[in-house]
Amino acid sequence: MSTLTVRPRPFWTLAVVHARFQFVETIRIPIAVLGNLLFPALALLFFVVPQRAVADDPLAATAAVAQLGTFAVMSTCLFSFGVGVSEDRAMPFDPFLRTLPAGAGPRLAGRVINGVVWSYFALVPLVVIGWLLTAATITPVRALAAFVMVPVVAVPFLLLGLAIGYRLTSKAAIAVVQATLFPLAFAGGLFLPPEMFPTWLDAISKLLPSRAARDLAVQAVTGDPAYAGALVVILAWTALFAALAVLAYRRDEGRRFH
Amino acid sequence: MTVLSLTNVTRTFGPVVALDDVSLSVEEGELVGLLGPNGAGKTTLLSLVSGLRRPDSGVVRLFGGDPRDAASRIGLGTTPQDTGLPPTLTVGEVVDLVGRHYPAPMPRAEVLARFGLEDLVRRQTGGLSGGQRRRLAVALALVGRPRLVLLDEPTTGLDVEARHVLWQALREYHADGATVVLTSHYLEEIEALADRVVVVGGGRVLADDSLAAVLGLVGLRRVLLTVPASVRLDGLPGASVVQDGAPSGDGVRRTVLASDADAFVRALVRQDVPFRDLEMRGASLEEAFLTLTTRDGVTAPDQPVEEAAR
Repeated sequence: MSTLTVRPRPFWTLAVVHARFQFVETIRIPIAVLGNLLFPALALLFFVVPQRAVADDPLAATAAVAQLGTFAVMSTCLFSFGVGVSEDRAMPFDPFLRTLPAGAGPRLAGRVINGVVWSYFALVPLVVIGWLLTAATITPVRALAAFVMVPVVAVPFLLLGLAIGYRLTSKAAIAVVQATLFPLAFAGGLFLPPEMFPTWLDAISKLLPSRAARDLAVQAVTGDPAYAGALVVILAWTALFAALAVLAYRRDEGRRFH
Repeated sequence: MTVLSLTNVTRTFGPVVALDDVSLSVEEGELVGLLGPNGAGKTTLLSLVSGLRRPDSGVVRLFGGDPRDAASRIGLGTTPQDTGLPPTLTVGEVVDLVGRHYPAPMPRAEVLARFGLEDLVRRQTGGLSGGQRRRLAVALALVGRPRLVLLDEPTTGLDVEARHVLWQALREYHADGATVVLTSHYLEEIEALADRVVVVGGGRVLADDSLAAVLGLVGLRRVLLTVPASVRLDGLPGASVVQDGAPSGDGVRRTVLASDADAFVRALVRQDVPFRDLEMRGASLEEAFLTLTTRDGVTAPDQPVEEAAR
């Protein structure tokens, strides 16, 4: 039994193990996730449904659902998985997990998988309200495109959340996530559609990951094409956030010594 | 085969020097007790060996590799602090979560049986008693059948019976050929388990030898005697530390830690001290350790004497 010949368990096996147990942990305290599901659903119910000009127009209503869906995914990822990581780090179990024979990769991947799964759940109330109370419609092909689009939207914000969570204490992380989420959401056109933006804001907006995510989501569900470069913008942010997340994880040595 | 080694390792945290040029190596099959007051550097040492932290200078090796590489940690088992188990996961789930990181883990049933946790498999860890959590924490160190087990304070807060159950489980695991390194506040625990004792104080290794040799190193004897309350023993030759005990009849039962018990007894007789019920025995590891750390100008822990009297 020589150590040199024994390798750690395969990457994806461990990633799935971590994703599974994180999912179980989350589902046993569902209130944290429910809070994230509620806000976008209420926003749709109170701000979109009563505006019949939007709600009765299939294209505008579908875009509004996609827009708030993007926000739901973004806030699930940043809160549950950004702030969640910093809270986990404060628990003594976290340093223990770091002594197990797995590197940073499988645990981060496990969190990403789990985050994507919860993002799908976050969309359920929006889809139900949009379907029952507005003229929003979707074809099966576009529904499939939306399904594929969710991870594309979720992953960059998950990675940003992880980078924040591994770098900051939980109190600081909550503040930073709030200060990031709402300006990004607003400037990305998740509350007001970008058609209402002045040109200077629209120009800045197109460089933001939230705007790119929104336009890609709207394109997926309505076929209304995203601006040129949206995919490049979101992939570039994803790469940057991935690098920041890995860097923050590597630097982290658990809690400080006192 | 060398299981773990530290070579000239220094680690500081801001102004605090947690480890100061420490060199230490542990061979396959040893059972080493790491002893020292709080803040001596024991936990820092374990965190370097388990890959949680990097040394500022010096080299740490685990099975010949860098402990920060996951591959080096395949043969390593550690305990979480029992307060930190994920409260919503069940006992069985936590065991599975940890076991799946290893190529040939113990079956869940075997782990639970070794630590008497079979009936708790479906219980969430948040609902366990302190003793049950502690047993689970130690069980987690063994799930992966590691060749090296690091245990930081494995039985802190356990009652006597539970502690003996855990000791037995550790002795059995060590008898299967594993190497065990443990730290403890309970010196009785080190005396009961360890073959080799490393005393750490102020970030340095103060003593590293067999249990008997560490005891012999300080050559302390514990002398108990009853004297009238007015008699002071501090100034007598050979007496290092004098502790007052309970009143006994017309006198006070005193405990003297004597570096030279012969000289101390001769002085008692020569000075005609009215003592009775003289008893003498070798000092416990606790007492040896107290002397070692104070002699080197390190602040002694504030609780060892009470713990010894437990």
